[in-house]
Amino acid sequence: MKHYLLNKTLGAIACGLGLLPMAPAAAEHNPLPETAIAQHRHSADPEIPAGFTPLPGVEPEYHGDQTYGLLLFEQLEYRSQQGENSVNWEINGWRGGDYQRLWLKSEGEIGTETGDGEQETQILYSKLITSFWEFQTGLRYDYEWGEDSNKDRFLGVVGLQGLLPYKLETDAAIFISEAGDLSARLSLERQLLLTQKLILQPELEVNLAAQSVEEFGIGSGLNDITLSARLRYEVNRNFAPYVGLDWSRKFAGSADYSRAEGESVENWSIAGGVRLLF
Amino acid sequence: MKERYTAISRRQLLKLATGFGVSVGLHPLLQRSARATGVASPMLGELLPIDRYPNQIDLKVFQEQIKIGDRQSNAITVNGTVPGPVIRLKEGQIAKINVSNELDSETSIHWHGLILPATMDGVPGISFNGIKPKTTFSYEFPVNQNGTYWYHSHSGLQEQQGHFGALIIDSLQPEPFSYNRDYVVMLSDWTEEDPHQVLSNLKKVSTFYNYQQRTIAHFSEDADWARMRMDPTDIADVTGATYTYLMNGMAPANNWTALFKQGEKVRLRFINASAMTYFDVRIPGLKMTVVQADGQNVQPVSVDEFRIAVAETYDVIVEPEESKPYSIFAETMDRSGYARGTLSPQMGLVAAIPPLRTRPLRTMADMGMDHGSHGDHGGHGPKQQDKPIDHKSPQMDHGGHGMQAMPNANHAEHNMSEMNSSPAMDHSGHDMHNMDTAPAMDHSGHDMRQMDDGGADLGEAVPHGPDHHGVGNAGVPMMVKNRLHEPGIGLESTPDHKVLVYTDLRSLEPGSDGRSPDRELELHLTGNMERYMWSFDGKKYSESPILQFYYGERLRLTFVNDTMMEHPIHLHGMWMEIDNGAGAYKPRKHVLNVKPAEKCSVEVNVDVTGNWAFHCHLLYHMEAGMMRTVAIVERPMGEQS
Ligand SMILES: [Cu+2]
Repeated sequence: MKHYLLNKTLGAIACGLGLLPMAPAAAEHNPLPETAIAQHRHSADPEIPAGFTPLPGVEPEYHGDQTYGLLLFEQLEYRSQQGENSVNWEINGWRGGDYQRLWLKSEGEIGTETGDGEQETQILYSKLITSFWEFQTGLRYDYEWGEDSNKDRFLGVVGLQGLLPYKLETDAAIFISEAGDLSARLSLERQLLLTQKLILQPELEVNLAAQSVEEFGIGSGLNDITLSARLRYEVNRNFAPYVGLDWSRKFAGSADYSRAEGESVENWSIAGGVRLLF
Repeated sequence: MKERYTAISRRQLLKLATGFGVSVGLHPLLQRSARATGVASPMLGELLPIDRYPNQIDLKVFQEQIKIGDRQSNAITVNGTVPGPVIRLKEGQIAKINVSNELDSETSIHWHGLILPATMDGVPGISFNGIKPKTTFSYEFPVNQNGTYWYHSHSGLQEQQGHFGALIIDSLQPEPFSYNRDYVVMLSDWTEEDPHQVLSNLKKVSTFYNYQQRTIAHFSEDADWARMRMDPTDIADVTGATYTYLMNGMAPANNWTALFKQGEKVRLRFINASAMTYFDVRIPGLKMTVVQADGQNVQPVSVDEFRIAVAETYDVIVEPEESKPYSIFAETMDRSGYARGTLSPQMGLVAAIPPLRTRPLRTMADMGMDHGSHGDHGGHGPKQQDKPIDHKSPQMDHGGHGMQAMPNANHAEHNMSEMNSSPAMDHSGHDMHNMDTAPAMDHSGHDMRQMDDGGADLGEAVPHGPDHHGVGNAGVPMMVKNRLHEPGIGLESTPDHKVLVYTDLRSLEPGSDGRSPDRELELHLTGNMERYMWSFDGKKYSESPILQFYYGERLRLTFVNDTMMEHPIHLHGMWMEIDNGAGAYKPRKHVLNVKPAEKCSVEVNVDVTGNWAFHCHLLYHMEAGMMRTVAIVERPMGEQS
């Protein structure tokens, strides 16, 4: 119920901002009789001026709003670090048209020895609001599992994804958990071509929280910073093996929770995997 | 001129026709078994004089495996071949062409460049409802023109799969030039990928096929491009990474050959039937005399090279002086590949194939960061013709005039020293002093009625208007200017090597209509490369389908290219007379290549009725929405003519 309300609230905010279509725009500026506008047409609201008549017997068809999709396994890798090694993934995908898309974002890790792990999955409605930026809103689901405990939570998501000047691929989001906890994440990455096929992709990720959530080991303020780089070789655009290096550090309350768990606050890891584009 | 052929026997004709380059109607269709072999005869494309034109032509559209290059590929063929058969018509006849659809999906044939009744134009959803599977559609129209044209499917992405062919209309009157041999040279781009996959790939990653991007070796030089989120290597969306470039259906290794005898004049009818590829065509060692553009006679121009935009045609005459082979070399604009054939005194000979040149880079002029070269190109219209046009004029003009006053002035804060280090920006011969006094803005909003006939503001930069056309348009140029006198990207610095430019094209006959335009319609060519969106005025076909022309008007259509790519703009059913300063001799074209950040105009006599397609002829741009239906309507009450 809470999730439903949350989504509804986010939806209302988005509508208020004029970002989501409230209802199909009325066809009042279209004086042509319904028969003149063939159902063949894909678009809901094309601008057809008065005086236009299709040739007798011709059913107009107006293309340009086809649906496309992307499924990108940005990371599918084996990661070696202090403590336990893991299999990690990061998947981004979308389906939709040029203006509105449904996004899927998923990332997670599974320990290779214990089988313990965590995952986070987001399903987002996305709308292009400027040439380079999409407004995104939807739901995130976190799940952690292990010998000790299984826990999960839902969060509402509002974010912006796009391209900053200097071609920095940016994903900035604010999350509100079902308990009302507020957190935020910023990630920046850039593709650097060493050659046409050898590509270095550095990434910076920062997590912040407004209040601590002990259950998930989150302190208030700056939680963590991760710097990583993946060096991939594009055998073709669809298949690219890579090696990677990650450094992350926890701060403030989050660091305290880690210390209490006996975990280190600073981590290095190396990774190898494949990047797959479908 | 053509008398020598009268001696050719009927038997010899038939023998030639059993090859690939069949003139439809003169000979029965090839049998299916013959088609299945799919090996092109080297004689493909030779046109011989014919004395009888068929009353009726039958075409069948198939989906089948044929051999292209050295591989069996899945293609859509017309009468079993790619390209389809050469259709020969005679000016003044009634063409009757039956097209049978043997596909599982709808098809169509559009007669590209022909002026005919709206219902015969062959565009599904505009002219008719397409040709349903296993049905036949009979086209019938009067043939009131002559020259080199072509035909292609206007359904989905079938054109990319091989559904096209040459359409040659023989003149009723003797032609104003002579030649001994006559060849069709049809250029195309071939991919074994499903074209829907190609478009889908571009939607996922717009640089999917670009393997000539700049690496971090140019990191600091490219800082301005990166800041603007643009790519200076964005020359072609689809490249040699997937394409094989064909000449008359033959891959470079198969070496299509045109024969000549020493001393003969050879007419080569170049047709660019590519889905996405611009070619730069030259025959090293030979001058080419351009005699027709888009099927229309032009005052002959001798050139070393010409750029042929998608869907354009150019007829050239060459006179090989030596009895030796010459390469017909059609290099892609992005230099990722080439189509090639040989002009040869006998079969089997080859000439050296020139190396591919380095791919060019977009400049700030292509981004509309150029503030005009008024000093270099002062003067309007016909006067321009008398002036030599300086092709070495700077690509990037750092005029000192009020940048801050311009819209998007934040784009102007680029670091000049970074610019200078870029090899693409040539400052040689650039006179800053002229620039300082040049009135930058005076010509914006000029009254076209005051312009002399054919007044083209060559090189004159004007600021882009305030409308940025929404999210579907990413890079709005600060300044746009007429670039009809420029040879185009990658061909700028070619001393002692004449490259055809649009201002060279002058109709052989003066136009029949001396009227000044009644009305001006400005259309912006817009796009968002990052998301592979293409549109007019920021709106896709599905969002804003109709463009209205008034019956009986003479319309000035002004194109403003907001993108940093070339777009070959095609108007069906009516000629576009390019406003290139040729006065009464404006060349008539069916396709106009509009360069990045260019503002240029054509004039159209709206003397037809019905609805017509209007679109970018880059196939995937059209499919993405860069299209309109032009509806010919009565002039609204209250609007004066
Ligand atoms: Cu285009």
